[in-house]
Amino acid sequence: MSKKYTKDHEWVQLDGDVATVGITDYAQSQLGDVVFVEVPEAGRQVGQGDDAAVVESVKAASEVYAPLSGEIVEGNGALEDNPAMVNEDADNQGWFFKLKLADASELDGLMDEAAYADFLKELD
Amino acid sequence: MEPQNPIKRTPLYDLHLELGGKIVPFAGYEMPVQYPLGVMGEHLHTRAKAGLFDVSHMGQAKLVANKAGEDAAALFEALVPGGIQTLQEGRMRYTQLTHETGGIRDDLMATRFGDTLWLVVNAACKDDDFMHISSALKEDATLEIADRALLALQGPAAGDVLAELMPASTDLIFMQAVWTSWSLPDGGESVDVLVSRCGYTGEDGFELSIAPEHAEILARTLLAHADVEPIGLGARDSLRLEAGLCLYGHDIDLTTSPAEADLLWSVPKRRRAEANFPGAETLNQHIEAGVAKKRVGILPEGRAPAREGTAIESLDGEPLGQITSGGFGPTLGGPLAMGYVPAAFSQPDTQVQLIVRGKALPARVVAMPFVPQNYRKG
Repeated sequence: MSKKYTKDHEWVQLDGDVATVGITDYAQSQLGDVVFVEVPEAGRQVGQGDDAAVVESVKAASEVYAPLSGEIVEGNGALEDNPAMVNEDADNQGWFFKLKLADASELDGLMDEAAYADFLKELD
Repeated sequence: MEPQNPIKRTPLYDLHLELGGKIVPFAGYEMPVQYPLGVMGEHLHTRAKAGLFDVSHMGQAKLVANKAGEDAAALFEALVPGGIQTLQEGRMRYTQLTHETGGIRDDLMATRFGDTLWLVVNAACKDDDFMHISSALKEDATLEIADRALLALQGPAAGDVLAELMPASTDLIFMQAVWTSWSLPDGGESVDVLVSRCGYTGEDGFELSIAPEHAEILARTLLAHADVEPIGLGARDSLRLEAGLCLYGHDIDLTTSPAEADLLWSVPKRRRAEANFPGAETLNQHIEAGVAKKRVGILPEGRAPAREGTAIESLDGEPLGQITSGGFGPTLGGPLAMGYVPAAFSQPDTQVQLIVRGKALPARVVAMPFVPQNYRKG
């Protein structure tokens, strides 16, 4: 399945009933150099839109929201040691956490790649 | 309703756009927060070579005594606790405009030229400052607000870069200033530039005051040097934080005295004894009886930055105070902060905890600056 996107500039990649979540390349470019990342611990229950992770640049701290409800199955601990990975490879190795979906129908509310590209155009 | 003041631009606004600056509102101006190099790169470049900052939003003015032969520097001491009348020609000092209640209205730089005093104040405070100074000294002195651009060239290469353009700059050491003339590169006229060897980064460097119509050509000439990159407000903030320098409205304000703000180094004994500036009674009380709170450097022990507003607690969970500036120091390579704690907790190496997103994170009080200052002292 291809990636889905939120208006908060997160991407979601579904594999079975587990969604991998990251921030988009646009989001990392807006943040600038990432200097700190805090990812959620496995086992935590999150609702759609809840604060799930933290990403900080030199200038400011930002929340990463849970794009879907479910249970965290893994946080990307590698980011805590190497936060710059978010800038270098936001779409792949810079993923933040994996989430076991509580309600697959929530996926319908997310944008596909074309819709997200249009959304970014409107921001300019 | 009063109309909102329209947002202002400095003479370098178009150049900021051309250089790819990301523009944000700051103190009533549209200012570049960063350029394509990014905050981290700009910060490190300034510490390694030289960075060019547009600080034209700051207020510049000349204080002139009304009576011939009177000294504006002496008159200005009525408003600040610094040693100003003792300034020698072309020397500058950091001081504060204090309030009757003991707090700080603004902090500023004052430079002596003859019997006049050149002042540089913060952008966000300049209208209030100028009104306050003019009205408080109206019987004795006149404040001439200067419509000039201000560029800061900061970093270890700043001296060499400026030496080529303005040779008079090579005679200056830290906190000295000189009016010099600069021949415009197109072979045209010569223009007056006030060169001050000071800054807000902890590095050697200069502030260059120039007529607004010549600011862009000066900026372009400096940027043409291989060692010079444009630097935005983001890196300006991380550089000054590493240098342990206060940001008005955050680390100092009307609720902090110069003693509480750990700025007594800028208040000579003579002024304490004379006690003839606003808030002198409170300041002397703070010096004699000790302060209830003091500005300190705080080093988080983990990787998480603690931002402004973060609660500082003792290890027992007793509230101590708040972080007033905090973030990540690119040269330090980790988080850093400053904030206020009770005097009993202000000694270096005192363990405290910072409440970040509900979690208590270990931190300790440290002496500032966080990164060694690199001034040209002579």
